[in-house]
Amino acid sequence: MIEIKNLHANIEGKEILKGLNLKVNAGEVHAIMGPNGAGKSTLASILAGREEYEITEGEVTFEGSDLLELSTEERAHLGLFLAFQYPVEIPGVSNVNFLRTAINEIRDAKGEDPISAKDFMAMVREKSKIVELDSSLASRSVNEGFSGGEKKRNEIFQMAMLNPKLAVLDETDSGLDIDALRIVAKGVNTLKSADNATIVITHYQRLLDYIVPDFVHVLHDGRIVKTGSKELALELEEKGYDWIKEETQVG
Amino acid sequence: MAQYTENELAKDLDNQDYKFGFVTDVETDKIPEGLNEDIIRIISSKKNEPSWLLEYRLKSFEIWKNMAEPNWAHVKYNKPDFQKITYFAAPKQSKKYESWDDVDPEMKETMAKLGISLEEQKKLTGVAVDFVMDSVSVATSFKSKLKELGIIFCSFSEAVQEYPELVKEHMGTVVPNTDNFYAALNSAVFTDGSFCYIPKGVRCPMELSTYFRINAGGTGQFERTLVIADEGSYVSYLEGCTAPQRDENQLHAAVVELKAMNDAEIKYSTVQNWYPGDENGIGGVFNFVTKRGICETNAKISWTQVETGSAVTWKYPSCILKGDGAIGEFYSVAVTNNYQQADTGTKMIHLGKRTKSTIISKGISAGNSENSYRGLVQIQKNAHGARNFSQCDSLLMTDHCGAHTFPYIECKNPSAQIEHEATTSKIGEDQLFYCKQRGISEEKAISLIVNGYCKEVLNQLPMEFAVEAQKLLAISLEGSVG
Repeated sequence: MIEIKNLHANIEGKEILKGLNLKVNAGEVHAIMGPNGAGKSTLASILAGREEYEITEGEVTFEGSDLLELSTEERAHLGLFLAFQYPVEIPGVSNVNFLRTAINEIRDAKGEDPISAKDFMAMVREKSKIVELDSSLASRSVNEGFSGGEKKRNEIFQMAMLNPKLAVLDETDSGLDIDALRIVAKGVNTLKSADNATIVITHYQRLLDYIVPDFVHVLHDGRIVKTGSKELALELEEKGYDWIKEETQVG
Repeated sequence: MAQYTENELAKDLDNQDYKFGFVTDVETDKIPEGLNEDIIRIISSKKNEPSWLLEYRLKSFEIWKNMAEPNWAHVKYNKPDFQKITYFAAPKQSKKYESWDDVDPEMKETMAKLGISLEEQKKLTGVAVDFVMDSVSVATSFKSKLKELGIIFCSFSEAVQEYPELVKEHMGTVVPNTDNFYAALNSAVFTDGSFCYIPKGVRCPMELSTYFRINAGGTGQFERTLVIADEGSYVSYLEGCTAPQRDENQLHAAVVELKAMNDAEIKYSTVQNWYPGDENGIGGVFNFVTKRGICETNAKISWTQVETGSAVTWKYPSCILKGDGAIGEFYSVAVTNNYQQADTGTKMIHLGKRTKSTIISKGISAGNSENSYRGLVQIQKNAHGARNFSQCDSLLMTDHCGAHTFPYIECKNPSAQIEHEATTSKIGEDQLFYCKQRGISEEKAISLIVNGYCKEVLNQLPMEFAVEAQKLLAISLEGSVG
């Protein structure tokens, strides 16, 4: 699915990623954890194609393509989806119109015809149930006036509608109460299949009670310094990140 | 909206330059350039006008000579040389068009290029169209059908000949020839335009539409529009404008007068797409227009405008809310790109009790352009319980364009309620990135965001016009984020 090799990246001259390696196969869920400033959100931004970052070294292969050579929208056409930590408001543009435009752009890139209005509306009804999203939210402006929880559920709703190969969830649990967290996690689990993969970026172990990862990686100082099973997350919850930092320094 | 963004935008963007920049090769009957009494007499006699109208013109000319060109607007341009303009240019024709079949094929082709195939429109949309090229109205469709209802919809010159008493009674009562420099000039030299009268209690069954086109070089266009909605009647009126691409600045100084009698309603929509000049600011139309309406008791006038064209725009469609319970509305989207300058807004003059006005203005600035909203809300002494709501938003596409808001509020009645909201925002890199991450290209993302931003105004437009306006917005702003 995706393979990241020795990735180095700067922003405004400051090196954030310092040789990151990660391989994710179809059907897998990977969790990336780490302290503040470790580079977690930077990784998500670079995968999605934010332009502020300068890649100095390394390569990323996604579905057989050189990801770093592709524009943001081309990556999306190939099936990369980012659930934003801070979903953006677009006043006056209905969620439905936004998603229909997105779906048709993706279909167009694949040489497919636009989706019919009937199929589209049926899909909206079906997928909004997954995240228990009130159907009135679908016709409201994108994220405008949504509560924090609604915004995050809307991200997962969009993910369900776009049906990506690789979903990167950037701190999707931040700001969620326990009920919203459960709904979001249920959505992610429902969408999981043998053909897609998920990278869950999170600060806390809490989310991983609901979305059970196959692998847990610890990102520290721009590198993945430790990889383990879901038990590693529990250990981190209990002991914090300091022992990892020490271990890394010793290493 | 959804349908449009999906199917048509890409196609339209292939043709993103000013696509109305062609010149139609029809013979033109032009008079010598310059302005003096003799020229005015020539115009008047060419149009076979009654003597009262010639006198009105000559008086307006006297008034104009003693006026100075206004310079309070936030625009900079080289003042036109009024002696270098040709004040009358008409497509040469020996007789008046009695029917569509008589129209010059070249002219028909022009209309087709402008997307106004009258024949198609006759069949499909039920819009009655009056087409004004240079100074003369060349075709009015649907006239006979409207006549059955007592509705008069014709060129202004025709109205002068056929309904002189109506013209004489109402012309200049909303915008007097003493009003301002350009209105005085228009009153002296206006050549044609549209006239519309809706009788008492009649609801006009179709949109009435006028299409204005400047074709001949070195000419000014000074059209005059007068719409009278008699008691309890309703009309929706559309106005579209284009001009060829020329290096010189062409002057367009129109006067539009609306009269809504007791309980009448006039909805007046404009999509203004005069040639804006090239990307270095060379050429383009100077659009100096006076538009105003009077609302009698419980009457309503609603102005909706989408302004994407012209090098310089100076335009304030206004409402005088004279009668008790009268309502005035102003919905505006003004887009400026490259070196365009727009100073536009409205005046709402509240005279009657419980009069209400709403102002929604959306400015979009790109390139090196300057975009200003200028508005006046005036509540007079007797306007008990008057209310106004104004919202003026500005959207910046680049770092080197300007957006300005000049709201003036004068309130002489303490029972009035006035609300004013204003915002300025820059089109967000975050919004664009969010759209792109979902697979939406930058062009489409801009179109989505801008159309979303303008939605409240676009929703006011009749359907066909709204689609046209959305395309225009996308084309005007193509590649403009920076």
